[in-house]
Amino acid sequence: MASRDDIKFLSNPNIGKTQSKYCRFKKFGIKHIDYMDPDFLLQFVNAQGKILPRRITGNSLKYQKKVAVAIKRARHLALMPYVTDLYK
Amino acid sequence: MRNYEVTFIVDPVLSGDEIKKAAETYKDLLKDEECSIVAFDDLGLKQLAYSIKKRNSGVYHKIEFESPTGAIIPKLELSLRRDERIIRFLTVALDKYGVKYNADKRNGLIGKVEKKTKDDPKRKTLNSPAKQTPAPAPVEEPKAAEPTPTPAKAEEE
Repeated sequence: MASRDDIKFLSNPNIGKTQSKYCRFKKFGIKHIDYMDPDFLLQFVNAQGKILPRRITGNSLKYQKKVAVAIKRARHLALMPYVTDLYK
Repeated sequence: MRNYEVTFIVDPVLSGDEIKKAAETYKDLLKDEECSIVAFDDLGLKQLAYSIKKRNSGVYHKIEFESPTGAIIPKLELSLRRDERIIRFLTVALDKYGVKYNADKRNGLIGKVEKKTKDDPKRKTLNSPAKQTPAPAPVEEPKAAEPTPTPAKAEEE
């Protein structure tokens, strides 16, 4: 049987805490988004290949626009699909 | 001087020499128009995400160049559009960050850390006694150590 010291909380205290969103481009100082790198851009699309909103990715407006342009360029060059299923 | 980057996909059905010749055509075209070529990249045969002109793969080429005025762009695009060997192309004007990014990439300063960070705990146990990657290691290590939930690509400013 576990000693009383181990039991500090009845439920996980981290439940219900929301992790604050941040813009990864600002945080890590990424200034240029390469459209030739579909593996990186994969993080900003959903399984259908649609661009995820800022609400979810947490990007700042400036970089969300750049991400959107990069994804559209990658799609034009057939590096990413326009529409698909089970992408990722 | 303005910086541009043109990426085009050459038909993979052509023979190796013909593909090379197609790429060289545009290199020469740019040189004739007083553009200085910064970099010429053969990115090799890649699978296309969707079929274009009944092709499922293509040979990607990228030319980064400097042009004094940018008057060459319409000419370049017209000839790319008329060329049967080219299945897709994209011309992009580069800003100062884009130029720097491409220069860093050529010098091997930009590596992919995504895979490494994902199996970070494994890597530490496996690679700590083993050899470290020689040159770009000091650049990449701090990025890899950061606890990123969705790891970003390392790009040093």
